[in-house]
Amino acid sequence: MQIKVFVTPRQGILDPQGRAVEAALANLGFAGVSGVHLGRYIVLELNASSQAAAEETMRKMCEQLLANPTIEDYRFEVEPG
Amino acid sequence: MRWAVVRFPGSLDDDDALYALCDVLGQDASLLWHKDEGLGDAQCIVLPGGFSYGDYLRCGAIARFSPIMKSIAKFAADGGLVLGICNGFQILCEAHLLPGALTRNRSLTFVCDTVTVRVENCHTPFTRSIRHGDLLRLPIKHGEGCYVAPEQELRQMEERGQVLLRYVDNDGRQSDQANPNGSMRAIAGIANERFNVFGLMPHPEHAVEAMLGGDDGLKIFHSIVASGG
Repeated sequence: MQIKVFVTPRQGILDPQGRAVEAALANLGFAGVSGVHLGRYIVLELNASSQAAAEETMRKMCEQLLANPTIEDYRFEVEPG
Repeated sequence: MRWAVVRFPGSLDDDDALYALCDVLGQDASLLWHKDEGLGDAQCIVLPGGFSYGDYLRCGAIARFSPIMKSIAKFAADGGLVLGICNGFQILCEAHLLPGALTRNRSLTFVCDTVTVRVENCHTPFTRSIRHGDLLRLPIKHGEGCYVAPEQELRQMEERGQVLLRYVDNDGRQSDQANPNGSMRAIAGIANERFNVFGLMPHPEHAVEAMLGGDDGLKIFHSIVASGG
């Protein structure tokens, strides 16, 4: 299965990169932009017996390594392949 | 006192830590490789600064899984003293031996400077030779030193006295200008609940001789030596 993982700064945690990009977009003349957050996008192949098993494994991977739950939120998409 | 300094792939300040301990302080310090599992008879373990594993994923996130970290977690659980400097502090947070996390500096730039920190709790093995409120001048050099923790956790840490060092100006006052990385509550160094694990962003091992610009770092090492391990 192909898995896509999205890791972003946790809501409410200072995100200086997001703020800097937001300011740069405004300077370029793009109006109405807000809530910019920069994160990581991770793709991986996983050999799992079922969708549920893959989701369980991915939750563990995210909690233990791919994201730091103290400062980051994560979500993932499992695509049967 | 017997010390061990851990070298990870990408450690930078391991030799400086050894120099400070052996040459300046006359301590018995040796080097451990991150794949070692035994800690010998060390009474204090130092996790030095640097860029372990190239800071891949997050600073300290991969080093946390080095074989030696299991032994260090057990050593800390048994009450052994652990000192994490800069990248070592990041590793201790990733390993959950200290609360919170270190994120990108608010300025988004790497800072290399000498800062003033105020000692907030002198009743710990790492600060016992210093007086409450004393100011130390120590070097910093990091891109990810902005300390972050959930508000409730911060309140509990303050109540327990776990904040050991705070960035202040030369008069000892907190201000945005004196906070080099945007750390919450201007936190520069914290201890765990048992006060046997200490992490700080400033580098005491770079401040051990007047020739290096100052020797305030010695006060931290002297405290640990006085604690006897």
